[in-house]
Amino acid sequence: MVTAEAEPRVLTGQHFMNGDIAFAEGALAAGCTFFAGYPITPSTEVAERLSRRLPKLGGVYVQMEDELASIAAVLGGSWSGAKAMTATSGPGFTLMMENFGLGVMTETPCVIIDVQRGGPSTGLPTLVSQADVMQAKWGSHGDYEPIAFAPASPQEMFDLAISAFNAAERFRMPVFVMADELVGHMTERVTIPSEDRVSIVNRKRVPAGSEDRLFYAADEDLVPPMPIAGEGHAFHVTGLTHDERGYPAGDPLVHDRLVRRLTHKVQIHEKELTQVEELMTEDAEVVVVAYGAMSRSARQAVMVARERGIKAGMFRPITLWPFPFRKLRGLANQVNRFVVAEMNLGQIAREVERHLRRPATWVTHAGGKMIPPEEVLLALQETAR
Amino acid sequence: MSGELMVQDHPLDGLLRADRLPHIWCPGCGLGSIMSCLTSAITESGTDLNQHAIVSGIGCTGRVAGYLKLDSFHTTHGRAIPFAIGLKLAKPELVVTVFSGDGDLFSIGGNHFLHAARRNIDINVICVNNFNYGMTGGQCGPTTPTGARTTTTPFGNSEPAFNLPHLAASLGAVYVARWTSLHVRQVHHSMLNAIRKPGFTFIEVISPCPVGFGKSNEIGEGLDEMRMYRTNSVVDPDADLANAGIDMQRDSPIVLGDFVDIERPVFAPSGVDRG
Amino acid sequence: MVRTQYRKPLDSEQVSVPTGQVFVIAERCKGCRFCVEFCPEQVLAESTGINAKGYHYPVVESGKEDACINCAFCKLVCPEFAIYTEET
Repeated sequence: MVTAEAEPRVLTGQHFMNGDIAFAEGALAAGCTFFAGYPITPSTEVAERLSRRLPKLGGVYVQMEDELASIAAVLGGSWSGAKAMTATSGPGFTLMMENFGLGVMTETPCVIIDVQRGGPSTGLPTLVSQADVMQAKWGSHGDYEPIAFAPASPQEMFDLAISAFNAAERFRMPVFVMADELVGHMTERVTIPSEDRVSIVNRKRVPAGSEDRLFYAADEDLVPPMPIAGEGHAFHVTGLTHDERGYPAGDPLVHDRLVRRLTHKVQIHEKELTQVEELMTEDAEVVVVAYGAMSRSARQAVMVARERGIKAGMFRPITLWPFPFRKLRGLANQVNRFVVAEMNLGQIAREVERHLRRPATWVTHAGGKMIPPEEVLLALQETAR
Repeated sequence: MSGELMVQDHPLDGLLRADRLPHIWCPGCGLGSIMSCLTSAITESGTDLNQHAIVSGIGCTGRVAGYLKLDSFHTTHGRAIPFAIGLKLAKPELVVTVFSGDGDLFSIGGNHFLHAARRNIDINVICVNNFNYGMTGGQCGPTTPTGARTTTTPFGNSEPAFNLPHLAASLGAVYVARWTSLHVRQVHHSMLNAIRKPGFTFIEVISPCPVGFGKSNEIGEGLDEMRMYRTNSVVDPDADLANAGIDMQRDSPIVLGDFVDIERPVFAPSGVDRG
Repeated sequence: MVRTQYRKPLDSEQVSVPTGQVFVIAERCKGCRFCVEFCPEQVLAESTGINAKGYHYPVVESGKEDACINCAFCKLVCPEFAIYTEET
């Protein structure tokens, strides 16, 4: 048996770390105490790391029989008060869509990292793609507004794990991290701060023992305080449309009000949520939009373009959903030529064009390898003319 | 003494969301009786009501969670067990009971039942078996007897049915019992055993579904099926479970009892010294 | 009311058969007749009147006012939480 607290929760210091492992450490730093998952390349290192670390921290690592059980157990763990997460890739991500919806409807904080691999179907289990990003947006049934981050390095795997848990706790919902095989499997320097410098957000809690209250009546930030099982609230949680007491309700008016609140609670915080990196966009005449691992190739292309006298820049969404359209539109006031480079056949490209209301040059590939900088450079050169 | 006295409240209302009664279940359905057994068993168990959590899936039985004045979770179809496992592992002091139907637990949710029983996870599972998918209007399910008519087996069900106690016992469940919704005292008692026994416990409670299974198979009203229970039930705790299948024919026996009560190490996540 | 007893229990001096009072929440009844059918002392009968939903709810049959032995079977078997007994 392992005795708890044998290791520090936050491994402060400089590390040379694989991305998946960095994500696991970020989750622990964020306060994660519960992992339920199912092995799937290329995310398994997250599970392996937590299977060793969580028990030493008094947390729970449990491997479930499939991804359906994994996400269900994560939701259950969250309702017992744990900061809970799971890690998966495309096939598992698809299996988790229904219970992601249960997490949205019941406002259950948790984190789901999708280390994307080649798809569709079994696809390229060990190779990269970014082809699940629209599934994160539209994959479950019904209207919802997801939150999704896109790390571009092992350092961001660590940092965005914390952002994801904080967002999940703050907005009381499952939050996606749309990583990919390259970022997940590459090893780079990861700086882990001291524990006191890790910003932690905890869910608003209902004071113990308050019975017969409107558990689903939201505060002005549209997020209701959350009761926890075993504290004498006798609350009811259901995936059915429910009223403010949490009781099932079949009234379309109640339904519309509930679903609008569940989407607005994210939309009205779009500014606070969205993180973007802008590289040399101040005087840019052509900008490439790229995220995740692909942004590393695009960054190189921008550098080379600049050397060749092309005023290029990069707009890198760190938050994919809600999409940082306000910042993009701001940029579009000064730049009217855009390239979108992503390892799928055009998904965020559509979102970019939708918000800019004009076409962009697409640099796409169905996945399996990084699109080389040369191809992005070519697109920048042609688009700049 | 006088005749009946008309009142407004019921002694078990304290454990119910009485403001939501009357519940949605059809006249003659056994679900209310089984839920009443659970409330009285929880009351008698003397356990702290605050530590009880009820998790149900989708279907008529899935609505049980909505009527109990406890921490209750109405989850997605087939996923009550893994949700319950998450609740339990993150807060081991909770008494977690999964209350769901034959379709939810043994068709879409079957894989979760298999593994939770194999691992002997400390949750109690109560399956209300009414031999069909009642909520969706009476379709064939995993326990529908061969030959029985349902809205999706108009020519008679061609498939063999699960024998639930046999299945649960074979998977290592540490407590297995089967009763009908007529045997309310035994159901109450088995539920008490389950609450008190650590590990994966399973209770099957057979229930009339007059609008669905009953009507399609000339069993008639709920009361008619309850009369069948009275005449056909055979209480045999030492029965050979392999032969304890049910075909709900006019005169064939329904084998009931507390079949299994064994000890097995209770699941704890590997490496954690729960003390 | 003297109970007709065919065999005299050994402890009939010490143990007296309890007596119970039936309580009914008529509006909750859905007329399934479980209580009427399975009451071990046949205390109950369907009402002549009906509740708001049109169901006949249970009443104590005339002549059976003292027959209830507070066994609480009706309380447990009732799917609607519409009947219970208390010892008197």
